[in-house]
Amino acid sequence: MIKHLLSIRDLDADGITRVLDTAGAFRENMGRKYPTLRLKTVVNFFYESSTRTRTSFELAAKRLSADVLNFASGGSSVEKGESLKDTAQTIEAMGVDCIIIRHSSAGAANRLADWVSASVINAGDGMHEHPTQALLDLFTIRQHVPTFEGLRVAIVGDVLHSRVARSDVIGLQTMGADVTLVAPPTLLPPGVDSWGVRVATHLDPVLRELDVCYLLRMQLERQKSGYVPTLREYARLWGLDRRRAAMLPERALIMHPGPMNRGVEIAADVAEFERAVITDQVTNGIAVRQALLYLILGGPEVKEGGPDAG
Amino acid sequence: MDSGDVARALARIAHEIIERNKGASRVVLVGILTRGVHLAERLSRAIAEIEGVAVPTGSLDIGLYRDDIGMREPAPLAPVRVPDIDGKTIVLVDDVLYTGRSIRAALDALIDLGRPNAVQLAVLVDRGHRELPIRADYVGKNIPTAHNEEVQVHVSELEGDDSVVLGTVDEPARKEASR
Repeated sequence: MIKHLLSIRDLDADGITRVLDTAGAFRENMGRKYPTLRLKTVVNFFYESSTRTRTSFELAAKRLSADVLNFASGGSSVEKGESLKDTAQTIEAMGVDCIIIRHSSAGAANRLADWVSASVINAGDGMHEHPTQALLDLFTIRQHVPTFEGLRVAIVGDVLHSRVARSDVIGLQTMGADVTLVAPPTLLPPGVDSWGVRVATHLDPVLRELDVCYLLRMQLERQKSGYVPTLREYARLWGLDRRRAAMLPERALIMHPGPMNRGVEIAADVAEFERAVITDQVTNGIAVRQALLYLILGGPEVKEGGPDAG
Repeated sequence: MDSGDVARALARIAHEIIERNKGASRVVLVGILTRGVHLAERLSRAIAEIEGVAVPTGSLDIGLYRDDIGMREPAPLAPVRVPDIDGKTIVLVDDVLYTGRSIRAALDALIDLGRPNAVQLAVLVDRGHRELPIRADYVGKNIPTAHNEEVQVHVSELEGDDSVVLGTVDEPARKEASR
């Protein structure tokens, strides 16, 4: 198995399938505690606010009996001006086996992996990637469909700022799905042509063809910069309201990484539809992270560049 | 052992389980994945034919309880599906009893699920070489082996036939197989 998970690209289709299969065993026995990683220490190293990802990793590690340290930049030596490298090496000197990092800068997890000998899991780095979100999204989809091959998925909204979109596109493509990005032109990233996806600026024509409609969070904190005229207009043109949800095929899934802005990218009542699997995504996130910790920390130490690497 | 030998051994074990537990009304058969589960289901059917009571079965994955975690590639996991075990007599079922380490792991996994009244062990083959103080209550056949030998159990559900064959393997392959 891999030593780090920095990008969803670190896993090929077989690797992703192995994580999802392993997660399936954890998912069916949710809530149980296992002695598996009782000699391991995991650090949650969060430079950016997060509730669900941090608690999800914490619960996953604790259910496997690992010791968990939580380290947030607020109220720590980071406020005293310590660099990421110094902080990481300090934490490493305490003897940890895995560092789970969220950071506002793209590439932070990769840098960290160069500096420490512990395993590193990227829990979100700037606008770059969020690979465990992609894994839990793939897991949630697989609970409902027999195969990813040819699956039609639309990812709707602020693709430009979304690390979830980046990781999901790569993960879905690795598994053989067809991805369409739907966004206002201002919220499409430069170079999207090279992503190998379809791009649409209107949602309505896309809906009838979908197996999965994945809505991205409108990042309210970024909307002061004028990417869309108003949130109300965004909701009117790209939000999944009751009318648009009715255009989806009957079995199409509605997904959202959370936290939701009800009434913006998704109407309050649509989020409660049976086909909206948004709370399943949260539960599945724990199982997927248990699987990942088991696969990364439960094997012999992987020497980087060795035959098992990558 | 050919398919007839396997069938006779399982039939005898079914009788022994009933005799020892004075019936089977409190018995739950828990198979250790993968072949133990098929053997447990067959024992359940055999007991049902003799006693006329349905004996619940379960399947136990021991991957998260092994004592060699971190020493080899993580084992693939399967969900644990075990009925209520509180107050029941559990018969753990496995194909081959060897070092006893799998059974140690299975006991830990089982006790995490509840508090059985008693735990017994049924195996199709006991090949010796115990490394832990564990013994079977019901044994299909004792087959003395050397460390470099391999006991291959086939069950018709997986391999299309029921048989137990003794082979010789070189040391690295043996370690692989004993996973």
